[in-house]
Amino acid sequence: MSVQQDTLVRTSERPEAEQHRIDKALARKMRKRGDESKFWWLIPTVYIIFLMLPIYWLINMSFKTNQEILGTFSLWPQNPTLQNYAVIFTDPSWYKGYINSIIYVVMNTVISVLVALPAAYAFSRYRFLGDKHLFFWLLTNRMAPPAVFALPFFQLYSAFGLIDTHIAVALAHCLFNVPLAVWILEGFMSGVPKEIDETAYIDGYSFPRFFVRIFIPLIASGIGVAAFFCFMFSWVELLIARTLTTTAAKPIAAIMTRTVSASGLDWGVLAAAGVLTIIPGAIVIYFVRNYIAKGFALGRV
Amino acid sequence: MEKTWNNKAWFMVLPVLLLVAFSAVIPLMTVVNYSVQDTFGNNQFFWAGAEWFDEVLHSERFHASLGRNLIFSAIILLIEIPLGIVIALNMPRKGWGVPVCLVLMALPLLIPWNVVGTIWQVFGRVDIGLLGHTLANLGINYNYVQNPMHAWFTVIIMDVWHWTSLVVLLCYAGLVSIPDAFYQAAKIDGASRWAVFRYIQLPKMNRVLLIAVLLRFMDSFMIYTEPFVVTGGGPGNSTTFLSIDLVKVAVGQFDLGPAAAMSIIYFLIILLLSWVFYTVMTNYDAER
Repeated sequence: MSVQQDTLVRTSERPEAEQHRIDKALARKMRKRGDESKFWWLIPTVYIIFLMLPIYWLINMSFKTNQEILGTFSLWPQNPTLQNYAVIFTDPSWYKGYINSIIYVVMNTVISVLVALPAAYAFSRYRFLGDKHLFFWLLTNRMAPPAVFALPFFQLYSAFGLIDTHIAVALAHCLFNVPLAVWILEGFMSGVPKEIDETAYIDGYSFPRFFVRIFIPLIASGIGVAAFFCFMFSWVELLIARTLTTTAAKPIAAIMTRTVSASGLDWGVLAAAGVLTIIPGAIVIYFVRNYIAKGFALGRV
Repeated sequence: MEKTWNNKAWFMVLPVLLLVAFSAVIPLMTVVNYSVQDTFGNNQFFWAGAEWFDEVLHSERFHASLGRNLIFSAIILLIEIPLGIVIALNMPRKGWGVPVCLVLMALPLLIPWNVVGTIWQVFGRVDIGLLGHTLANLGINYNYVQNPMHAWFTVIIMDVWHWTSLVVLLCYAGLVSIPDAFYQAAKIDGASRWAVFRYIQLPKMNRVLLIAVLLRFMDSFMIYTEPFVVTGGGPGNSTTFLSIDLVKVAVGQFDLGPAAAMSIIYFLIILLLSWVFYTVMTNYDAER
């Protein structure tokens, strides 16, 4: 803007012919700049089409009958049917998978955020013995390969008789979700100036009252983001959830792989089940759109 | 922020400590236990020392899966990072395009990993998948179940589909933090598009790019679910990455010793990478 303003001030003092020439030059310049960025939308558009095609294909399949999927190749359902979704919502072995997943995911999210809140506050406000080592140790658990933990988890929870319960999966997922929540919340809390704490104490607030009445509302968006990511990472995880469950708490993800390995599988139902697992992410995605990079980078962007 | 020294803060960290110790330290100790012992069943264990480590470190199978995993990570980094930068540079900065781009691009990141596998398994099938069908119609004898090259192609394009958006979103976050004044100054100086990228945008993206590289490397190094669903590690062993191999040894063959030794070596590599990640983060925080 400053360039144009500058030009305007100067041009107003010039003779008309020169003014005309400068106008033309300016117009040319503007046009050139426009040319440069005229096709900027092409790259994101092509990329988004690339992203959407496989998802579209899954949705497409979920509205077809098995005969149509295997018999004819069409870009959209010829005879759209809700039969596949009906199967999932009426067959307990399918819909129980969703219920199981949701139960342990919610349990995990609540546990993770609740224990992470005070810890994140401690990390963001105080220095204490071994704080940096502890913070690093938390990170290593977030980065730990689930494959390493699959077998020991199975033995640990067997010893406590917790195999095939929701709480077992919820606790096991704390391995990576608690560190994630601590890191994300610490990032948000560090953005709140310390003067707020001090003022509150001077005003006679006790710590618990300050924390619940003043501090938590201040970092509400951070709690939302942390909860969302705990939910998401627990929701997408398969290996540990599958190892720790057999029937009663089996998540939808494991039920889906079971059908994949079986012969004569029902593609339509599989596609419908897949579409339904995408929905929780798709619903909240709009509200967290600005925090997604932050969440994956542990609140450090 | 100036922090006060207060060891009572430990009480606030205690719940986290107990919880994570329960789900991390105890299992890890089991792994360490197994890695130095041998068993003939009946819960009788014998001291084996470094035997299993020796065996794993010299086994061709471990070398092969480690090598495959490193090649896989290298390929996806080489594709996803530049692609992510290019897309982020061309994303709209304001208007209705921003939320549309963000929402649509982030969608693959939030799909359960086994569903990502299922999506591509279906998408790549010659009889019912769009990709497989199209390739077959182009005269390519595409078959990811039997041809190792095609299996690799499928797994890589799946990972690019799944995770490039993360690089895009990270880079975008770095780009929007550049004040408009920088671009105006560049315009006045008549800087070329390349100069703007090289001297304004790239330095501002430095840190997020480093995070993106580290995250993508670590996650691709631990990849299990997606290739497991699509190829099951096959054909043969051609897409058996470290995690898949480890689960095969531990849960499939129940070879506790070698599996535990492998886990520890695996974990040490991740530990090293985490330390790099941590140093990058804290150094930046200190500068700020």
